[in-house]
Amino acid sequence: MREALRLAWVIMVKDVRLELRTRTSLLSAAVFAALVLIVFNFARDPTAVATIDLAPSVLWITIAFASVVAMNRAFTVERENAALDGLLLAPVPRGALYLGKYLANLVFVFVVEAVALPLFVLFFNVDLSRALGGVLLTVVLATAGFVAVGTVFSAMVVRTRFAELMLPVLLLPFLVPPLIRAAEATSRLLAGRPLSEQADALTFLALYDVVFVTLPMLIFSAVVDE
Amino acid sequence: MPPAERPVVIEARGLTRAWGAVRALRGVDLVLHEGEALLLLGPNGAGKTTLLRCLAGLIRPNAGTVRVLGRVLDPHDPDARRPIGLLSHQSLLYDDLTVLENLVLAADLYGLQRAREAAERALEAQGLLDRRHDRPRSLSRGLLQRAAIARALIHDPALLLLDEPFTGLDAVAADRLREQLAAQHQAGRTLVIVTHQAGEAWDLATRVGVLVRGAWSHEEARVGDLAQFHRRYQEMARA
Repeated sequence: MREALRLAWVIMVKDVRLELRTRTSLLSAAVFAALVLIVFNFARDPTAVATIDLAPSVLWITIAFASVVAMNRAFTVERENAALDGLLLAPVPRGALYLGKYLANLVFVFVVEAVALPLFVLFFNVDLSRALGGVLLTVVLATAGFVAVGTVFSAMVVRTRFAELMLPVLLLPFLVPPLIRAAEATSRLLAGRPLSEQADALTFLALYDVVFVTLPMLIFSAVVDE
Repeated sequence: MPPAERPVVIEARGLTRAWGAVRALRGVDLVLHEGEALLLLGPNGAGKTTLLRCLAGLIRPNAGTVRVLGRVLDPHDPDARRPIGLLSHQSLLYDDLTVLENLVLAADLYGLQRAREAAERALEAQGLLDRRHDRPRSLSRGLLQRAAIARALIHDPALLLLDEPFTGLDAVAADRLREQLAAQHQAGRTLVIVTHQAGEAWDLATRVGVLVRGAWSHEEARVGDLAQFHRRYQEMARA
């Protein structure tokens, strides 16, 4: 177990280092998030829809699509010079490979969210002072789950010809349940409802995390081995 | 000691693999002992690369097993892959990491102690220590292949699988690669060399195998000279 965690760490550090060298996916995901928020901000009619009704949906649409942009690179980077063969040939348990990729994707998506959240507050003039803890908890729980699913699908599509197109097509249906619950919880938290009232949504997100973080560790061999 | 009395390094039994309706391998058997070098030939589409990837554990056969040093290759047994090194016409290196970082990563993945020292030793053996901070994409094809050799050998594998390693190399780089492989063979490593041109690695080989349509047309100890074999090979490939 300790060796698997060490190997997962090695893979995560490698992916983060690669991304820091190029900044291609982080930069494009952050710019994408900013653009979506700007477009929604200027496209809405404040007299027709109250900000508080629209803002949570906009936040989660932005996070979901920006995350897909960030996660697309997880395995496409391994196609370069057949580097994936090097990973698969090494004595690395497939579960550790998944975990390393998952942790790297988590880092990328949290960075994108760290850019998106302040812009969201700025553009939608949302008061997060009372709901900050609850919103952050919702963001962490939802992100942990859909990044897990995204990591699996990015591995599945890497050998297809149109991996970048296939990922959102396959992934988005799996993101719908956590996104709905996350948007619901965010909406209520922004409306000033207490965190204790969001127990159902947060429990759902936590269960989604447990299932979709642990299951791929057991079945990842079937995903990456030819 | 005759090769047959040395320990078996790789043993494949009944390897079968299909890609849809195409049967790439049809019950291939292979046994190689320590220090043997198999030259694996065959026309395009004969199944050479599929066989090599099965031997590396990168492709799961539909039927049959591969044992490396007596251990069945299984995706759930990562340590079974430890004795294998792979060198192909692709470098397996990340273009956005330096050569040294790539080697340290490989050393880390194989759990080597003092990964940086191991990486520097491997680069020194290939005469690449002064290029350690370069990115792979800035290296010539010959230097890139040397970096790939350093990566393939960093964990001192008992079995080295080579998939068209001479592709894209000029004559000087190809000669150097042959010298390298001869040295590895002398050191007792078992080699499987997939190539289109028998002459590229003829002198290295102790055995020669010809795959045609996913089955052995010929697999035995190397005898005779290259010209003789070449005539036979033409007949086998046309059959």
